[in-house]
Amino acid sequence: MADDALFEFLHMEIVAHVYRDLQFIKGETDNKDRASRVSILEGMGYRVGQGLIERLTRDSPCFKDELDVMKFICKDFWTKVFRRQVDNLRTNHQGTYVLQDNKFNLLTQLSNGKQYLDQAPKYLAFSCGVVRGALSNLGLESVVTAEVSIMPSCKFQVVIQKL
Amino acid sequence: MSRQSNRTTDSKKMNSELFTLTYGALVTQLCKDYENDEEVNKQLDKMGYNIGVRLIEDFLARSSVGRCQDFRETADVIAKVAFKTYLGVTPSVTNWSPAGDEFSLILESNPLVDFVELPDNHNALIYSNLLCGVLRGALEMVQMAVDVKFVQDTLRGDNVTEIRMKFIKRIEENLPAGDE
Repeated sequence: MADDALFEFLHMEIVAHVYRDLQFIKGETDNKDRASRVSILEGMGYRVGQGLIERLTRDSPCFKDELDVMKFICKDFWTKVFRRQVDNLRTNHQGTYVLQDNKFNLLTQLSNGKQYLDQAPKYLAFSCGVVRGALSNLGLESVVTAEVSIMPSCKFQVVIQKL
Repeated sequence: MSRQSNRTTDSKKMNSELFTLTYGALVTQLCKDYENDEEVNKQLDKMGYNIGVRLIEDFLARSSVGRCQDFRETADVIAKVAFKTYLGVTPSVTNWSPAGDEFSLILESNPLVDFVELPDNHNALIYSNLLCGVLRGALEMVQMAVDVKFVQDTLRGDNVTEIRMKFIKRIEENLPAGDE
């Protein structure tokens, strides 16, 4: 779909913007700085996820339980946002879920293998935020991290925070 | 399961909502990053430009539109093909200058501003300024230097959104012989 390209380009620009002034403050690329940039991207995604889930669940019935919510995220939400379903959902039934996407939309253009692997986290922070924002508006506070061992496959780990 | 209904139909709409919301998040972030609105406008334009220079390739590959003969044809392609494909709206082309080097795109609805309300303290912010950059960047890649700016904006109380485009010059390139 055409809109897709537009979103992908915008996403690239956003990542580039957040990392841009990094070059000006040379030598300041310590871990703390890196973390703050990731959290900016994540925060942006969070807000987007909140908005999307509101629109998406408007006509859907109540969710039975946590697993039901996660299934919804893997099927409907993923299809709408990332154009395909999650390939594999695993859980330890204690609030930790691993969502595996073998062809993650935002990575397919980057590489098919191990090249640019070090750049991958930049392009996943936003998506982690989107997922976290969506879950948060469904009443689940969580921590979402992403892990790539070979592109374009990607694993999202969702840890639900018990209150 | 009722959850499965209307899944296919609004998939396109959903996609543009993702774009709209993401764009909103970007503008919000830029407003935090920069002190004044002018600087935000400038950044949006710059980012738009970067998108435009890439988007044109996607567009040409997808639409099989050839080289435009004149600026009027360019205007038509932008309004009827490009805007339609990427934003799902078709602006009208009006207000031609007598020389035929300037026109306006009138957008009755602007998909970028679907969920937006401009706070009072951002009077100078041109919310959709990214579009200007996109148009400028894309046209530059097909050897046209143009000046693009917003002259009316529904977000700021105008009835319609109007983008003014002015043809500046044709960019001459030293093409290799036989390459056209």
